[in-house]
Amino acid sequence: MLKKMSLGDKFFTVFNYFVLVVIACLMVYPLLYVLSASFSNPERIVLGDIWLFPQEFRLDSYITVFQNEDVLIGYRNTIIYTVLGTAINLLFSIMIAYPLSRKDFYGRGVITAFIMFTMFFSGGMIPTFLLIRDLGMLDTIWAIVLPGAVSVYNVIIMRTFFQNIPEELREAAEIDGCSNITFLIRIVLPLSMPIIAVMTLFYGVGHWNAYFDALIYLNDEDKYPLQLFLRQMLIQEDMSGMGSAGSEVLAEHLMQIEGLKYAVVVVASLPMLILYPFLQKYFVKGVMIGSLKG
Amino acid sequence: MENQSTIENVPIPKMSKERKIKRKSPKVKGPKLKPFRKNWDLYLLIFPVLIYFIVFKYIPMYGVQIAFKDFIAVEGILGSPWVGFEHFERFFDSFYFERLISNTLLIGLYELAVGFPIPIILALLINEVRNKYFKSFIQTITYAPHFLSVVVVVGMMFLLLSPQTGIVNQIIVLFGGEPISFMTEPGWFKTLYVFSGIWQNMGWSSIIYLAALSAVDPQLHEAAEIDGASRLQRIWHINLPSIKPTIIIMLILQCGSILGVGFEKVFLMQNSLNMSASDVISTHVYRTGILGSEYSYSAAIGLFESVVNLVILLLVNYTARKVNKVSLW
Repeated sequence: MLKKMSLGDKFFTVFNYFVLVVIACLMVYPLLYVLSASFSNPERIVLGDIWLFPQEFRLDSYITVFQNEDVLIGYRNTIIYTVLGTAINLLFSIMIAYPLSRKDFYGRGVITAFIMFTMFFSGGMIPTFLLIRDLGMLDTIWAIVLPGAVSVYNVIIMRTFFQNIPEELREAAEIDGCSNITFLIRIVLPLSMPIIAVMTLFYGVGHWNAYFDALIYLNDEDKYPLQLFLRQMLIQEDMSGMGSAGSEVLAEHLMQIEGLKYAVVVVASLPMLILYPFLQKYFVKGVMIGSLKG
Repeated sequence: MENQSTIENVPIPKMSKERKIKRKSPKVKGPKLKPFRKNWDLYLLIFPVLIYFIVFKYIPMYGVQIAFKDFIAVEGILGSPWVGFEHFERFFDSFYFERLISNTLLIGLYELAVGFPIPIILALLINEVRNKYFKSFIQTITYAPHFLSVVVVVGMMFLLLSPQTGIVNQIIVLFGGEPISFMTEPGWFKTLYVFSGIWQNMGWSSIIYLAALSAVDPQLHEAAEIDGASRLQRIWHINLPSIKPTIIIMLILQCGSILGVGFEKVFLMQNSLNMSASDVISTHVYRTGILGSEYSYSAAIGLFESVVNLVILLLVNYTARKVNKVSLW
């Protein structure tokens, strides 16, 4: 194969691989650096000794992170929001995507336009905030899981997937006296596991990483998701309550905080980074389906 | 499934008749209750979701009328008095107007100019890789940052770019430079914003182009190869034109959000020192509306943003349809 190539094509192939390897390094390096720093003696971070591998390997930063109450509360809340939120997302998305996928569903065009319009125009931050306030949802879990319960884009992906299920299956089921709902539950959903996996990933990642709704609608720190505590620690540099009480020397305390920041980034991101490679082949398909029909 | 027992013979003609009726007269008004009766359970299924859209999407659109009113909490949205375009005029005359528009536009255009082509180039490069394992390895790695939260990405920027302890400044000092306080320097804000976005999303955004590339007919390439076309020529004359519709659709969508620079990341990267470069419409709405409780005024600013975005989207969509016969709808 390589022999048949012209000189120009050979050069291109080498150049292509080189560029992609450089891109891969740029992608991975910050992540590896954070990982290494989190396992190192914080002193070495400040001194700038870490380039790629951990220096003076230790788990101290992680021990402190998991003793921190904010992190634990945040983790607990984020898990609750993610599980409940994703369940609502999936339920609602299926409930609208399936009827819209049916050619014999009268009014699908109107309803599709009705929901598509919300992709391009919205009331905006303030009217939405006032609505949530008037509904009495401020400072409740519902303000986190309900306002974004359906993503139109995901509904379109799902609808397109459902449309590819052979019509004959439904006709046969109908003859056997199977109602639409039974058909959906017994036939369509089991056949749609790949797309449901993709949707679970898309919605789940969204909830895990979200902070905007919590920032606006929640005041009570006990209800904060992990991302808001992360914001306090990493960006607002509010590390009160961080670090062990015994540290007497201020410099040492600051050093310890520096290590904690790296560890807390790892703790917050790892679940998603471990999860997605397993679902990669599905979500590539999901995006593909979504791109075919808009 | 198709050719089963004889019981089918009875209902099948009935069904096909039904379908014919529907195809002929979907728009005829009158007692067309049949489609509703047959699929009544589907309507039951979709009903709660439609209620969701009405409550959480359309009621705020209705509530946006407070932009033309003086919102008084006790009176509610409907009871508050109308004031016309007063809030819009106040915004256009305000000290912040010029700064907000220029920051928002510059970030949006910067993103469009740099951030838009890069995923296309990446997809074209990945598409040329013949080794299956290397290909999926590169894809897995470039997708990874997409799964980090904005808080983590901005937090990492603070850590890695810190003037005292960050590795970037340690490298600068190593080569004899002066440490730069990237995160508080207004001049660096837009570049950091755009390039961290590229770092996080270039891989993810390339998926859609890769999908389009996988649909290119291999016969075109074979024919071009026989005619002596080089790899670069084939990319330029076959691959790029093939994915042009996808590129245009993505371009329309991105243009439609040019004034809608996302709140989440700007807000996190913002601080009192870089405000002159980082204050955008959405963060201003947050500060005056949510924090300052000036609901009517901030709703007016938000409405201004939405309307301008919608107009740009429609214009670009219209142009694309005229010029390239590709459009969103």
